[in-house]
Amino acid sequence: MSMQAVLSPFYKLFEYFYESIIEKVEGAGDFALHVSAILYWTFKKPYRFQLFVDQLYFIGNKSLFIVALTSIFSGMVITYQTYIGMKVMGAYTLVGPIVVLTIAKELAPVFSAIIVAGRCGAAMAAQIGTMKVTEQIDALEVMGISSRQYLGVPRVWATMIALPLLNLVFLFVANIGSWLVGVKVLGIEEAKYYSKLHAFVVPNVLWEGIIKAAVFGFLVGIIGTYHGFKVQGGAEGVGKGTNAAVVWGMIIILIIDYFLTNLLVPILYNI
Amino acid sequence: MESAISCQNLTKTFGDHTVLKNLSIEIPKGKITTILGYSGAGKSTLMKHFLGLQKPTKGKLLVLDKNVSELSDDELRNFRKQFGMLFQYAALFDSLTTYENIAFPLIEFTKMNKPQIEKRVNDLMSSVGLQEQSLHRLPSELSGGMRKRVGLARALALEPDILLYDEPTTGLDPITTKMVNDLIITTGRTENTKELTSVIISHDIQATLKISDYIAFLEKGEIIEFSPTKEFKKTTHPTIRMFLDLTTH
Repeated sequence: MSMQAVLSPFYKLFEYFYESIIEKVEGAGDFALHVSAILYWTFKKPYRFQLFVDQLYFIGNKSLFIVALTSIFSGMVITYQTYIGMKVMGAYTLVGPIVVLTIAKELAPVFSAIIVAGRCGAAMAAQIGTMKVTEQIDALEVMGISSRQYLGVPRVWATMIALPLLNLVFLFVANIGSWLVGVKVLGIEEAKYYSKLHAFVVPNVLWEGIIKAAVFGFLVGIIGTYHGFKVQGGAEGVGKGTNAAVVWGMIIILIIDYFLTNLLVPILYNI
Repeated sequence: MESAISCQNLTKTFGDHTVLKNLSIEIPKGKITTILGYSGAGKSTLMKHFLGLQKPTKGKLLVLDKNVSELSDDELRNFRKQFGMLFQYAALFDSLTTYENIAFPLIEFTKMNKPQIEKRVNDLMSSVGLQEQSLHRLPSELSGGMRKRVGLARALALEPDILLYDEPTTGLDPITTKMVNDLIITTGRTENTKELTSVIISHDIQATLKISDYIAFLEKGEIIEFSPTKEFKKTTHPTIRMFLDLTTH
């Protein structure tokens, strides 16, 4: 066997890794350019306030029902599971604060963001992707209109504003669900359910959730629009872009959640 | 003859691949010029250069006496307002009605009030032969020919100096093709648009011979023939001869 034949599989393996790395680096560069373009066009005139309001209505108002429905059942199930655990230790007076903290700090921002990534991130990628394959984006550019300013900027900032509001709706409705199950179904005395709340639930707990939701909102908007502008080809490309927007949106939310918690806890609670 | 677009030794490369090779052409002002060529000859790349959407690797491109390569991004956006473009499939905004599509550039770039915009849209609709009943229809409710008309009305809204057509008759039936060709001639030659320069990218030779004042033939990134239509028909260049004979028989 010649030396060339022996080395051939290694060469192919090297080539595979090399191309894969180049592709990832190119993708990261492309994404960074998209983010900088969105930031750049945010501060350039004309400011498209009406488009921003339209997107805020679509992302915020039209997501209310699905967020409320998800949150009430999340609050109910978390309360039930927490009660089972706490009852063993005889500490069921802690059910109220534990549930509120869990929802305010984690469940409300993360679940709201995942719902919006699934509903609106996908819609952004599909709308912009379809406009790209049907040359509507070229039509905007030929007219001298920045497609990123016209389509990207309103969507990104509307998601960033809508998500903290949806997070508060989630928190409110989930706590109603928690109260219903805790007090009305499981029979925890109302006074005991509320007794420790003031000791654990401080305003910064709310702020932690709101800040997280705003960051997730920015990321969902950026990822959704990025995958829309990246679409190539026809219907298949739009499908791939939509899928990537949802998958990457959800993955990034969960990864960033950990690092954001690490960053915010020392700042907000002096721990 | 005054040029609207002047390409001087234009070269465009993507990596190792050269799409436009040392290309020179003077597109006359106020005339209908068609750039013919096989698929992949570089026609779309050349059109993107005219619009400043791509910059040449080498050479000089003057459009309406402006060196496109030297314009900043903001200047390019203003510069593009002098163009109108009819896309292959019209590229109408699918969430907007016919009226909103035509009014879109007027709302974006002029200070016209609502009645003025309405009047201008009505004028544009009648100039491209659109009926009033299609005013509030979405693009998905329009036929291919109607979409082309709306696309042309939108392209003409800001009274451009240069009107670009990207494969205007591709995929249309013979009757709609004739309608679009007639529309291109009418638009390019009517009194109020006397100075309008029309540039058509096409591989439809029969339509090209009917509607063009000048024809250029692009092959592998080079202009191999550029002449008035009458002379173009008599060319002896073997590639063009083959193209003409294959598509006219």
